[in-house]
Amino acid sequence: MAKALAPDVSTWPEENPQLIGSRCNDCAATTWPRQQRCPRCSGADLSDLLLERSGKLVAWTTQGFVPKLPYAGKENADNFEAFGIGLVQLGDDVRVETRLTEGDPAVLRTGMDVELTFVPLYVDDAGEEVVTVAFKPV
Amino acid sequence: MNDVAIIGVGLHPFGRFAKTAIEMGAEAIQLALSDAGVQWKDIQFGFGGSYEVSNPDAVTRLVGLTGIPFTNVFNACATAASSIEQTAEAIRSGRYDIGIAVGMDKHPRGAFTDDPSKLGLPGWYAENGQFVTTKFFGIKTNRYIEEHGISQRTLAKVANKNFRNGALNPNAFRRNPISEDDILNSTMLNYPLTQYMFCSPDEGAAAVIMCRGDLAARYTTKPIYLRSSAIRTRRYGAYEVHSTWAAVDEDVSPTVYASRAAYETAGIDPSDVDVIQLQDTDAGSEVIHMAENGFCKDGEQEKLIAEGATEIGGRLPVNTDGGLIANGEPIGASGIRQVYELVQQLRGNAGDRQVPGNPKVGYAQVYGAPGTAAASILTT
Repeated sequence: MAKALAPDVSTWPEENPQLIGSRCNDCAATTWPRQQRCPRCSGADLSDLLLERSGKLVAWTTQGFVPKLPYAGKENADNFEAFGIGLVQLGDDVRVETRLTEGDPAVLRTGMDVELTFVPLYVDDAGEEVVTVAFKPV
Repeated sequence: MNDVAIIGVGLHPFGRFAKTAIEMGAEAIQLALSDAGVQWKDIQFGFGGSYEVSNPDAVTRLVGLTGIPFTNVFNACATAASSIEQTAEAIRSGRYDIGIAVGMDKHPRGAFTDDPSKLGLPGWYAENGQFVTTKFFGIKTNRYIEEHGISQRTLAKVANKNFRNGALNPNAFRRNPISEDDILNSTMLNYPLTQYMFCSPDEGAAAVIMCRGDLAARYTTKPIYLRSSAIRTRRYGAYEVHSTWAAVDEDVSPTVYASRAAYETAGIDPSDVDVIQLQDTDAGSEVIHMAENGFCKDGEQEKLIAEGATEIGGRLPVNTDGGLIANGEPIGASGIRQVYELVQQLRGNAGDRQVPGNPKVGYAQVYGAPGTAAASILTT
């Protein structure tokens, strides 16, 4: 049985999982993950908002080297494969910074449609697979 | 309000050294004291900046235990800009006549990392590989060059120029020119930025001594005035280093706000500036910061850089000492290095790197996590 790296930021393992953000009931500013106060109006009246599962890639790069600890992936410099990181706009609510399943600059395109998925990150000491948020081109 | 004059600067070379950061800080202080022609006992207060050294004020054991108020500051890549501003404001307000800002650092090799909770970020942000400063610069640069028609070769030209300037600077870390093709063909770290387009964290120290403007003639015939400095943090709508999300309604970077405030306070326009120091964490940052600090419109960089406008002899000389790309970044000292170079340029002492035409106005900008920027304006 797999488990989520960050259980509180999404509805995974539900079917068709969604990211859980916070929306300000006064000014409609939206964050991901959830937070207690609004970053725009400083108000405290926020509600959970399930974010759309698909969106558009508004900016991206590739990660071409193994991130330093506390990165939890088990790759080393020899077997590491570059992965994409991007800013994905979900509806008119918010943009989330996220891993992308695609790491090839020749395939990634600003404005492309992407969809939420969960990808294996590492296997923990108990032998359980740990999955994390990513968006994949559709 | 008093004017603030810079009367002495000192810089320990940047690179890798077999000594501690505090020892390098002490050397930078001695160089600044002799440049100003003052003694440590004349210094009434100090601000010290560092990331790796928890108590920069420990440097007083190496230069003199005179009992002065000495405050340590840390503000990420704006650390040195903060120590400079605090020192200047303490003189401007009339509290003190003469003081020092010093910065020192000794970073491990490779990209910066930390415990994400120290930046208010969830642990998973680092565990899944997003807590990497360089990837932010890749994302920002990639979007900018797409939107504004900047080529990847222009990024290579920026790095090439800074390595060439570094070769003229005896204090620089990287002193070997690297060709544009070698820069383009080096390892792709964060598309479109390759290895040689990035600066490296390294080691070094720098110090600047300031005094009340009306006292400057006691110490020097060529005082350089710090006309203004401004520090700003990110606003809602800005997408900055280390963010899990960004607003759909975009706002400009904190650099733009710091820059506008610095120009307004100084009563100086970008067109008045003769020599420029920008935060070139990477080649894309230098390109973007040219526009964010008012030196050109978005997209004009492609033509300006091709024409050589940002070279030492060009219309907009940028990073005449090689910038961060050639000097590396010891965080606590980096912004004082910028001021050190501007002071050399405005005094006409920059030797092989001297901007022609007796430059009179210098400009320095820093930017770093988690979306903090500073701008300073110096004049003869």
